[in-house]
Amino acid sequence: MAGGVVIIGGGPSGLRCAEHLARAGLEVCVIGAEPGQPYNRVALSQFLAGDFDEDALITHDAARLWALRIVFRPNIRVTSIDRVARVLVLEHGEEVEYDTLVLATGSRPFRLPLPGADLPGVLMYRTLDEVRAMLEIAKGGGRAIVIGGGLLGLEAAVGLAGRGMAVTIMHGVDRLMERQLDHAAAGMLSARLRAQGISVELSASTVAVTGTDRVTGVALKDGRMMAAELIVMAVGIRPESELARAAGLVVERGIVVDDAMCTSDPAIYAVGECAQHGGQCCGLVAPAFAQAEIAARHIAGEDVRYAPLADSTALKVAGAGVWSAGDIAVEDVEALIYDDPESGEYRKFLLRDHRLVGAVLYGETGEAPFYKALLGEDVRALRGTLAFGRAFSPNLEDAA
Amino acid sequence: MSVPDTIRSTCPYCGVGCGVLATPAGVVTGDPQHPANFGRLCSKGSALGETLSLEDRLLTPEIDGRPAGWDEALDLVAERFADTIAAHGPDSVALYVSGQLLTEDYYAANKFAKGFLGTANIDSNSRLCMASAVAGHKRAFGEDVVPGVYEDLELADLVVLVGSNTAWCHPVVYQRILAARAARPGMRLVVIDPRRTASCEGVDLHLPLRPGTDVALFSGLLAHLVGDLHHEAVAVARAQTPDIAATAALCGLDEADVANFFAWFQATPKVVTLFSQGVNQSSAGADKVNAIINVHAATGRIGIPGAGPFSITGQPNAMGGREVGALANTLAAHLEWDRPGDAEIVRAHWQAPNLAMQPGLKAVDLFKAVADKKIRAVWIIATNPVVSLPEAAAVREALRGCETVVISECVRAADSVDFAHIRLPALGWGEKDGTVTNSERMISRQRPFLPAPGEAKPDWWIIAGVAKRMGHGAAFAWQNSAEIFREHATLSGLGNTGQRIFNISALADLDDAGYAAMSPTRWPCAAGKPAQTRLFAGGMGVRLVPTPHRTPARAVSDAFPLVLNTGRIRDQWHTMTRTGKSTRLHAHLPEPFLQLHPDDAGTIAEGSLVRVASPTGHAVLRARLDPGQRRGSVFAPMHWTDRFCPAGRINPVVNAAVDPVSGQPELKHTPVRIDAYQARWHGFVLSFEKLGAALADWCAIFPAGVAWRHEVAGHGAPEEAFARLRDECTVPGAWMVLQDPGSSLFRAALIEDGKLRACVFIGRNSELPARDWLTSLFALERITLDDRRALLAGRPADGKLPEQAVCVCFGVGAGEIQAAIRGGCETVDAVGACTRAGTNCGSCRPEIRALLALVPA
Repeated sequence: MAGGVVIIGGGPSGLRCAEHLARAGLEVCVIGAEPGQPYNRVALSQFLAGDFDEDALITHDAARLWALRIVFRPNIRVTSIDRVARVLVLEHGEEVEYDTLVLATGSRPFRLPLPGADLPGVLMYRTLDEVRAMLEIAKGGGRAIVIGGGLLGLEAAVGLAGRGMAVTIMHGVDRLMERQLDHAAAGMLSARLRAQGISVELSASTVAVTGTDRVTGVALKDGRMMAAELIVMAVGIRPESELARAAGLVVERGIVVDDAMCTSDPAIYAVGECAQHGGQCCGLVAPAFAQAEIAARHIAGEDVRYAPLADSTALKVAGAGVWSAGDIAVEDVEALIYDDPESGEYRKFLLRDHRLVGAVLYGETGEAPFYKALLGEDVRALRGTLAFGRAFSPNLEDAA
Repeated sequence: MSVPDTIRSTCPYCGVGCGVLATPAGVVTGDPQHPANFGRLCSKGSALGETLSLEDRLLTPEIDGRPAGWDEALDLVAERFADTIAAHGPDSVALYVSGQLLTEDYYAANKFAKGFLGTANIDSNSRLCMASAVAGHKRAFGEDVVPGVYEDLELADLVVLVGSNTAWCHPVVYQRILAARAARPGMRLVVIDPRRTASCEGVDLHLPLRPGTDVALFSGLLAHLVGDLHHEAVAVARAQTPDIAATAALCGLDEADVANFFAWFQATPKVVTLFSQGVNQSSAGADKVNAIINVHAATGRIGIPGAGPFSITGQPNAMGGREVGALANTLAAHLEWDRPGDAEIVRAHWQAPNLAMQPGLKAVDLFKAVADKKIRAVWIIATNPVVSLPEAAAVREALRGCETVVISECVRAADSVDFAHIRLPALGWGEKDGTVTNSERMISRQRPFLPAPGEAKPDWWIIAGVAKRMGHGAAFAWQNSAEIFREHATLSGLGNTGQRIFNISALADLDDAGYAAMSPTRWPCAAGKPAQTRLFAGGMGVRLVPTPHRTPARAVSDAFPLVLNTGRIRDQWHTMTRTGKSTRLHAHLPEPFLQLHPDDAGTIAEGSLVRVASPTGHAVLRARLDPGQRRGSVFAPMHWTDRFCPAGRINPVVNAAVDPVSGQPELKHTPVRIDAYQARWHGFVLSFEKLGAALADWCAIFPAGVAWRHEVAGHGAPEEAFARLRDECTVPGAWMVLQDPGSSLFRAALIEDGKLRACVFIGRNSELPARDWLTSLFALERITLDDRRALLAGRPADGKLPEQAVCVCFGVGAGEIQAAIRGGCETVDAVGACTRAGTNCGSCRPEIRALLALVPA
């Protein structure tokens, strides 16, 4: 029986893993780099938008951690791993032994390598501290530029607009959320954002952040200058894998794991955004949680394997439901499109040989589980009713 | 009985001639006092109130498409006819008139043509329905006379329906028969028809004879009943159908069935044989009529209560037209050219020195003469020949090439009106004033209960206006229809001391008030003589006519292996200019269809489009597979026009072979072939707007609820059709769209302020969502979000669809009727008491009976 499990990373997947291990009766210690109690990173947008207060973000307060007998050590960085000795070295020199180690180091946001990108007033959108800083700037109203039209950027933009800032979204691609949405849905989303007073600049390439002491705006490739008091960069994430790489684990884009979420060292697991399973790094909370659970159960002695589900993204952006699943950017497919612009509903289904290979829902996304279950299924008998959900395909209820 | 502003009149549809009560507000109900119907009306008559709108009416004279004054228009007609006669003689002009005309209008037209244009080139669309009966009557009775009355159908112990889907085409008469049979269960009902029609539901025997073998069947019956009689007619019968076996073989029937029929006929003194278009519309039509009359006359089953041969007419006033003689081969008032002295009577009465002295051209030949430019000016009155004549494409071409085409019409939206140079607006039903005669010789008044719309005028007034301009003012100086009626009644009595049965001289002295108040009156009613209800009692004075059996004019072949039969459906009338306005009447059979036996269908699926072709033309119709259809024989309705389904017009397919005696075309027997219609896409458009019937390669339109339904199919790319059909919908609103090019599935709905305005559905084949639910959404002030989400699925999420009405009169669907049956209703009457279904016109009672039959005993 292993003695202690140490988890590096106090984000959602680290805590999810810790909780499962604790419930299985294992001794667990979580070491996190961020200060404060474990919080729900996924809900930061609601916090930014003012829907939640800070307390509501906390997922595991001291009492809950105590009840689970999880040792939680915040605000500490791990500097190295001695795999032979099974010892971690912390930033102040302390050594922590482990029997089993779980890496849940997450990812770090990508900072565009632009002139001025380090100026005060340029923020990433990852941590509670960063959101607090945004709110401080937003108190004075003013202008904000969000670079990046993916989910995070849009949530930042909507939140900041809700806090009274004049917000512009700069996106380098010709449509928002290009990995989840097709042109039509992305166009509806742009229109919706614009209707809420947010400017959307597509195919807009930022070449510099301007300012000397602090940010004054950005310079665009087309020569335009735009003024702003706040720049939020939300242009993607990189798996946080330096510690693993330094320890000699196999690392590609992320830390390479097998189906048990085990790294190249059988005593070390990796879960969440830092892990690379089957060539894929996840960026969403649902697969991260699934990986955390698999790792915990495997450590506890169960013979379990992680099987990724079709990627699906259910989001609420600017009040509109957005969901996509499967392949939505493939070429050799047939598209079935339902479009009701007046009521803001749009659905696109991608079919290959009558099988559903991808789907995009915009507006109403309540039927997402139905479509998720249909991915890969032959839907030739349903083409007239596919767009209208489960109620029109009663004979498929079992499948869904 | 009637409220003060209720007017007694007569229904404008079939020859049953039902009395109606009508109000200026357009409420039309059955007249309980009228002897034809005693208050009943059929589905069509019940919906008359829905057909009175002025939409699609011709309300002002037109010359070459521009509005004109009456003087200008009538001057031009007079000038053209005068010039044409001056240059090419009187037989270079013609009138083609209609059983829709009142007797007075008919009289004016006949007098004008034969008396003053000097040509007998005046024929009626009655040529298409009653000419064979007329010819048969004249050969047997010496005169065109129906010997019996409707009451005989109730007094008979055996009623034989021959070539008549009475349940659909003369529903009130059929209901009278069924009511009598219900009261006297011993009364038998036999149907002789190649098709198993609604009239066959619950009958004692249906003889699905080979098309065109009616003569053989009745010849066999004659031989069976009076084989030892010494008469040429019997000898001919004996030779061709010596016994039951020979008869059954010729007719393609089971011997046992034929034996039963013969035995029942033989054992029943009181037999009525009611016959209609299946008999008349044949190249042996006159012989069929005489074969029937022969049997009745030779066995004394005629002219007595409960017995007789009975020709039932298709039109409201075919009989009135026959009485005034407005056919090319009769002179006037049952006076004939070939009877010495008759022409003199007419010439003197009309003061018409230029009286035509020989028969003119009958309908089919008349339009051939137009095509051949022998007739150079034609005046069409109240009929739609480009739709209703056989080989109709040639009729269109003939009119297109004719120098002068004049049309008097109440409806602008009739296909033939498109071909006219001069259009004259006539009064329609409810506006005009005169008399009609029904199938039992009952003269009834049609009275106006609506104001004359626009500049429309009575047909007699229009004819008189042209006659006056041609210099015949004195002969056409009538002030009202009563004057015309008196002149007609007088003529019927002139030189008539019993030579002619048609005599209404007792009515010649009616003053205007008496005419206005005239109650239904049966002819003959000669001045100073007692009225006669039945004629030719016991067969006295009836000539037996030898009727050698002949096969139809054109036989099937490998190239054209099936026989096309055409006819009416229950809820439409003629070319739909009136019934086409009623949503209710489109509920039963909304599209033109081809009924065929499943064994003949090959790859043609129920509900798909089928192309039916003969050497003269083709049509594309919705396939309806029906095991009641005789193998080798297909059926199509005659009603559809350019307005409702250009490709669904059946008469371009129908051959123009005619009966050598009557000149009636063989509309019930055309060799054809069928193929699946190869469309790349099928679809429908529902729209608040009427988008017309030229939306696609194939298009059928009809009113559906508050919307118009357009059924479409085409050869082009479905994507293009989808875009084009949406562009056709011009009302404002926002589109919602479903597109699946990979399966050729395209759907869209147009919504304005929460109201559904249009929807377009396209698919690869004819399997599209049912339209009824979508149609029902058009009536909503605001569609719900759930309905909006379900719109392009074409059905509500719960899958429950509104059902089609079985009972059109009360809007009762099959589900409600089945529920009543499950609830214990065991008879049609019980279902009626429970749901009201079938209690008005009764024409759905066969369908209710069929639903009852589905329930295990």
